[in-house]
Amino acid sequence: MTKLTRDDVLHLAQLARISLSDDEVAEFSEELSAILQYVEQLGSVDVSGLKPTNQVTGLTNVMRDDDVIDYGYDPRDLLKNVPHVQDNQIKVKRMIG
Amino acid sequence: MAAWEPLADIAAKVQHGELKAVDLVERSLAAIADKAEYKAIIATTAEWARERAKAVDAGDNKGRLAGVPFIAKDNYLAFEAETTAASNILKGFNAPYQATVIERLEAEGAILVAKANLDAFAHGASTENSDFFTTKNPHDKTRVSGGSSGGSAASVALDLVPFALGTDTGGSTRQPASFVGIVGYKPTYGLMSRSGIVAMASSTDVVGTLTRTVEDASLLVDIMAVKDGLDSTMIERDPIGYTKLQADLKGKKIGVIKEHMGDGLADDVRGRVEEAIAALKQAGAEISEVSLPSAPLALAVYYILCPAEVSSNLSRYDGQRYGYSYTEARDLSESYTKSREVGFGKEAKRRIMIGTYVLSSGYYDAYYKKAQTVRTKLINETNEAFGQVDFLLGPVAPTTAFKIGENASNPLAMYLSDVLTVAANLTGMPAISVPCGQAAGLPVGLQLMAPQRADRELLALAVAAEGLVA
Repeated sequence: MTKLTRDDVLHLAQLARISLSDDEVAEFSEELSAILQYVEQLGSVDVSGLKPTNQVTGLTNVMRDDDVIDYGYDPRDLLKNVPHVQDNQIKVKRMIG
Repeated sequence: MAAWEPLADIAAKVQHGELKAVDLVERSLAAIADKAEYKAIIATTAEWARERAKAVDAGDNKGRLAGVPFIAKDNYLAFEAETTAASNILKGFNAPYQATVIERLEAEGAILVAKANLDAFAHGASTENSDFFTTKNPHDKTRVSGGSSGGSAASVALDLVPFALGTDTGGSTRQPASFVGIVGYKPTYGLMSRSGIVAMASSTDVVGTLTRTVEDASLLVDIMAVKDGLDSTMIERDPIGYTKLQADLKGKKIGVIKEHMGDGLADDVRGRVEEAIAALKQAGAEISEVSLPSAPLALAVYYILCPAEVSSNLSRYDGQRYGYSYTEARDLSESYTKSREVGFGKEAKRRIMIGTYVLSSGYYDAYYKKAQTVRTKLINETNEAFGQVDFLLGPVAPTTAFKIGENASNPLAMYLSDVLTVAANLTGMPAISVPCGQAAGLPVGLQLMAPQRADRELLALAVAAEGLVA
């Protein structure tokens, strides 16, 4: 039965790029452990001979012609929701240093 | 105020000038204002709707939904109002394009009047996870309308509009339909384009319809099931279309799912479902019991796969291209983590974290891969059942609408509302909730399911069943 520790929760938060308050870490440690405990019932299920199902359509390699299609969008409209735009580019904070 | 007429009748009357689109839009907007206390609506598109209505009345009325007002769940991208998915992280977001299915409906003359409330990012079964407010049940204001498409379902039950769009990833169209007493349809996975719909769990997300009747649902399915070149997960539509329904119960083999009629079902819900079964039998359907031994595992499968896919789909909300951005971040990393900390609500974070865990190195095989393999088991069992019967039957939810606050503090208890609906999502099969009476004044829904791609046959069965089981 999995019980997530504070460190486990902080590790998951780091992987998911979410920062959490101390209260949230404690709360999630409890709640997530309960959820994992529920889903762990699958551990004892016999699935020998079966393959995983990734999708139910049966489709494979859906292709289209390698043509440029003009959807008629103005890049400026597509950038309207971006917090920081400079020269029609998306500006982000520094990554290093 | 008379109830809305069938969609096709409304359109015909608008085309003949008997009804004016501007009047229909005003009727909707007035009803929305009048029923504001139920909190079904996040925002209206009033100005645009009025403009469109004028155009329809001026002659742009050839469509099969000419002048028909409708409401879309706020996880559908649309113009003229924000698209928030009921999350603070998308407050202020204005969509640069619309969902394909909304374009399809508008091309047939339908008029979007408002965006409906939902659990944020469709994570939930009651709209109590909305970052804004909870939608109340039209039959009892102390109870929920279900979720996650609670606002859409309530909108139709409150007669704000004759139809609304929802989505169904684990039951989010069928369960609210059953809680408010209307028809909720989940098509075969892949039948409609999901372009422009905020993604939740991509291996199960589908468009859902909330309508007063099954016939209305079938018209909407026919209009919306069209390939658009923007969604590579789409299957072909039925060449016969979805409106030529041969509604006849005689000789139809219906299997009642044994595992869905077990102890967890409330007695009064069981009573309504059993009465419905008797009515169908009387009308000539051949009812038998089928067993899906893996059905009790479906919820555990879903609550591994769904969060996993959610954790992937919600990684795009990083504060860089749209949505809430934490401006005081010192570097890119902090911009990500703080934007997501502040913008996301609790349930979104829970699902992202569970999803991250079950996909992470060392756990992927035991959780995610195992769940996908148990999914195969369930699919095989339903295929076997469809070797014996044409359709499956059961309740939609273990109870009628629960009280606001009853499950809100226990995430796992909330997840259990999905126990009867997730099987159809995991297998991709079409499923519908049809009203089948009331228990202590609250609506009960009957669930019917068919093999994948048998949407037309399922809709036909449901039309036949509708009048008998109500």
